[in-house]
Amino acid sequence: MSVQTTDYAASEIRSPASFVANRVFIYGALIFWAFICLFPIYWTITTSFKTAVDVTQGHLIPFVDFQPDWKGWRSLGLSPDSIFRTSTVRDEFIKRFMNSVITSVGASSLAIVIGSLAAYGLTRYRYKFAWFRNADISFFFLSQLILPPVVLALPFLVLYREVGLLDTRVGLILLYTLMVLPIVIWIMRDQFNSIPVELEEAALVDGLSIWGAFVRIVMPIALPGMVAAFILAMVLCWNEYFFAALLTSTDAKTIPVMVASQTGSQGINWWSMAALATAAITPLAVIGIALERYLIMGMTAGAVK
Amino acid sequence: MTDLASTGSAGHRASCERARRVADRTLADQTLSTSEWPAGAVPSDLISRSRKRLGWALMAAATLGLLAVIALQILYKSDVDTIGFETWRPVVYAYVLWGVALGIGQVLTRGEDGQRALFLLPALLFTIAMVIFPTLFGFYIALTDWNLSSFSGRKFNGLDNFWQMLNDAYYRNALFNMVLYVLAVFVEYVIAFGLALLLNAQIRARKFFRVVFLLPLMLSPVAVSWMIGKSLMEYRFGPAATLARHIGWENPAFFSNPITARISIMVLDAWTFIPFMMIMLLAGLQAMSREVLEAARVDGATPWQTFWQVTFPLMLPVSVTAVILRIIFKLKLADIIITVTSGGPGGATDSVSSFIYREYRDRSNVGYGTMLAMAYLIIIIVFVTWLLKFASRFVRNVN
Repeated sequence: MSVQTTDYAASEIRSPASFVANRVFIYGALIFWAFICLFPIYWTITTSFKTAVDVTQGHLIPFVDFQPDWKGWRSLGLSPDSIFRTSTVRDEFIKRFMNSVITSVGASSLAIVIGSLAAYGLTRYRYKFAWFRNADISFFFLSQLILPPVVLALPFLVLYREVGLLDTRVGLILLYTLMVLPIVIWIMRDQFNSIPVELEEAALVDGLSIWGAFVRIVMPIALPGMVAAFILAMVLCWNEYFFAALLTSTDAKTIPVMVASQTGSQGINWWSMAALATAAITPLAVIGIALERYLIMGMTAGAVK
Repeated sequence: MTDLASTGSAGHRASCERARRVADRTLADQTLSTSEWPAGAVPSDLISRSRKRLGWALMAAATLGLLAVIALQILYKSDVDTIGFETWRPVVYAYVLWGVALGIGQVLTRGEDGQRALFLLPALLFTIAMVIFPTLFGFYIALTDWNLSSFSGRKFNGLDNFWQMLNDAYYRNALFNMVLYVLAVFVEYVIAFGLALLLNAQIRARKFFRVVFLLPLMLSPVAVSWMIGKSLMEYRFGPAATLARHIGWENPAFFSNPITARISIMVLDAWTFIPFMMIMLLAGLQAMSREVLEAARVDGATPWQTFWQVTFPLMLPVSVTAVILRIIFKLKLADIIITVTSGGPGGATDSVSSFIYREYRDRSNVGYGTMLAMAYLIIIIVFVTWLLKFASRFVRNVN
């Protein structure tokens, strides 16, 4: 792909012919990549409405190639005709889904709270713990980013068993908090740096304490950054598989573990797998589309000076 | 200044401080992130002696309590005494309480300074408890012979695991794969840069394309590995296989031959993570000043020249950040491999993480697996440190 030859310089086109060629190339490339991004999703969603024959014959377009069928969703207990009947699969799915919701929201919230506080402290005050100064402390937090999960996984497996946190949501929440904390601190530091110190100085002169100034003046301004950090953390926690696969077995299993465990079984039920995969990706796809602005804000924090 | 601050009225002190700080700030670099805060309403020397004593007593009591709980639990677990707890969880509670007491103690003894420390303490105590201790514990496990499926339990065996690791061809193979996977980042970077340029061009429906391009990043890698790896690339009737047959690849078995399997894993991973770099590069492009590009155009540069002589050098710092972050994420690559190939065929696609995962899952080999993980940690730390040094020198030399 040599797309980088196309430039932003559309205004620079000299002749009509090259203008058209330029446009065709740009939109062609855009549509090509959009197809690459969307086709797997399209395929998964349509497969969840296919029967076995439709899958093996590689039918692609609903109503033209094949007649949609609720089979996949029925096997999950989520189709219109089965939604009011009892279904063990659905109960299982809802349990896993709730585990995912609780762990990711819990971990993201905890990370936002302690991460924002730390980021605020690091941007506003000078600390000295023994020979550690602000830069060292920041580096300590951010360096956790390179720690691969596999390093912590086995010690945590042993420790959690001793502490009685194995296969609990609290255990996962603590680990996920650790995982997203550097990212939250990174984003929030950038965020607090962009808020002028004068605001808090005025608040202090008006008699607020430093915590009062933080809660009543700074936090409302930093809220968009917190939302961005929260959503990014949510995405990472929701999709996390490694720790969940190692540290949970029955009670605290999350959606990714459930999806993965289905693929391992003999003779995949295409339609039900597709339905499950669709259900697993839908919440985040919706969040991604609705709150795209915040996600981009979170990802670009500190990247551009 | 401190004399004034402790004797003057609060209002006077504040305005005084303000004047000083305004003066300081005009001198100081504006981009400096830290700015010293005024001594607040309660400077530490105004705290009454009894309050300080209370704070010290609280912290001392909490520390003693924590140590006592730990000691009690150690004695109980080693069967010296009979009083104790079934699990180590009370130690966790004791640590949390100790942290709370430490926070209160800081405020009591140091006033405003203590309140400032309170911002940092929760994250610091949390990270230390969650990282330092498990890592040290991990280094200990790495030196033991410990298989969960055998009855003999944990045995200290010194450096045996280390010697075994040096002769482990599969581990070396996994490390070699990591090199390949990291190199694939540069291909991803080229594609991501191209996409960022496309999105930065004058196009309609920019928001639509941006959302669509971003979508893969939202999706769970495990779901993706099923959606693409196991279904789209399915040998018999996956659309990707059908397409490959049409193009002329007679036997499109994506995951049966070591080389194609590696490439397929790279493609899967790239599909999810290209948007990440793309968004960072797009932000960089949008932050670039239009005047420079205008100037290049006025000087008669072709788009090709403009890109290589202006855009690319200006984008270098953002590019380096994006690539380094992406490499750091790439070093953790595991879930796609675990779910799609479980390392196969014959360990050809194994990343270090997925290899260690199976070492534990399939063979319950905790001691050896931890040694591999710890060795990997050290390799990563050395590599990333070198990378950061190299990158900063590289950026400085080019600009």
